[in-house]
Amino acid sequence: MVTNAASFGRSGVHDFILIRASAVILACYSIFLVGFIACSSPLTYDVWHSLFSTLPMKVFTLLALVALLVHAWIGVWQVLTDYVKCTSLRGVLQFIFVVTVFCYLAAGIVIVWGV
Amino acid sequence: MKLTFAVYRYNPDVDTKPYMQDYNLEVAEGSDMMVLDALIKLKEQDPTLSFRRSCREGVCGSDGVNMNGKNGLACITPISTFKGKKLEIRPLPGMPVVRDLVVDLTQFYKQYEKIKPYLINDEKAPAREHLQSPEERAHLDGLYECIMCACCSTACPSFWWNPDKFIGPSGLLHAYRFLIDSRDTATEERLSELDDAYSVFRCHGIMNCVDVCPKGLNPTKAIGHIKSMLLKRAV
Repeated sequence: MVTNAASFGRSGVHDFILIRASAVILACYSIFLVGFIACSSPLTYDVWHSLFSTLPMKVFTLLALVALLVHAWIGVWQVLTDYVKCTSLRGVLQFIFVVTVFCYLAAGIVIVWGV
Repeated sequence: MKLTFAVYRYNPDVDTKPYMQDYNLEVAEGSDMMVLDALIKLKEQDPTLSFRRSCREGVCGSDGVNMNGKNGLACITPISTFKGKKLEIRPLPGMPVVRDLVVDLTQFYKQYEKIKPYLINDEKAPAREHLQSPEERAHLDGLYECIMCACCSTACPSFWWNPDKFIGPSGLLHAYRFLIDSRDTATEERLSELDDAYSVFRCHGIMNCVDVCPKGLNPTKAIGHIKSMLLKRAV
């Protein structure tokens, strides 16, 4: 067995499940948003504001942001372990990426719950 | 009819870097031959050209090479496949080159060794033999035929990037062959060894292995079965 500590999941199966579950959430969120934009004509500030004022939409958005973090963490870890062979450089890149994604998550929470 | 070839040449004792050498071969108009036959004729022209071959009929898996960008066995690939175009012959990609078309497959065999390619059975040995029903035996079809030519694993980007960690399509085809064998009792131990982020899950299902397998096998399908077994065990 090959061990690793930098990925998100505890094992290969865990990563496999997480990346697919997060993909389903992101797909649902994207389809919902595209559908909403397509069906809301005209799409005014008030319509957009009222959509994000509801609790279910806030929770759904937060869920999508967490799914994005998980999906991107595992995906970028896989890409970096394929292409960046220098361990220290890979560690630094992974660190920068994960911190950035956490910043996006934090900013997203503040923005969504501020509406 | 004149056939033209560009063959990868590299002798680490003499050459500072690899290069492509052009060869011409005169053959009777309308005739055909296997790429291996052409290589043997080229070696008559230039005895320094090196390549592996043994059975010359697609059974031993020695002469896996890359022909016009696609891996295959030279002995069962007709020259006519390339429709008169110049034929570029290179060693199997991603492996260290020993000389010309001969590659070092140590990493490939190490991965094969990891999957414990033999039956493990801790039950009391039967008086004569382990019997299988025709249905149980049928599970091994499409798996046991692998001749380990390495065409699939050396066509797989995941194996190129992580040959020390990812088992590769050939090794995983063999792994499934033992996982599904009704006579093997080490299924749990075998799955535990494979349950990490590299050994199996580096396969992203691009199916290069299926595209190049000279025996027409489907390693991607076998890998999918292993993933299902790991999932069922974990969930």
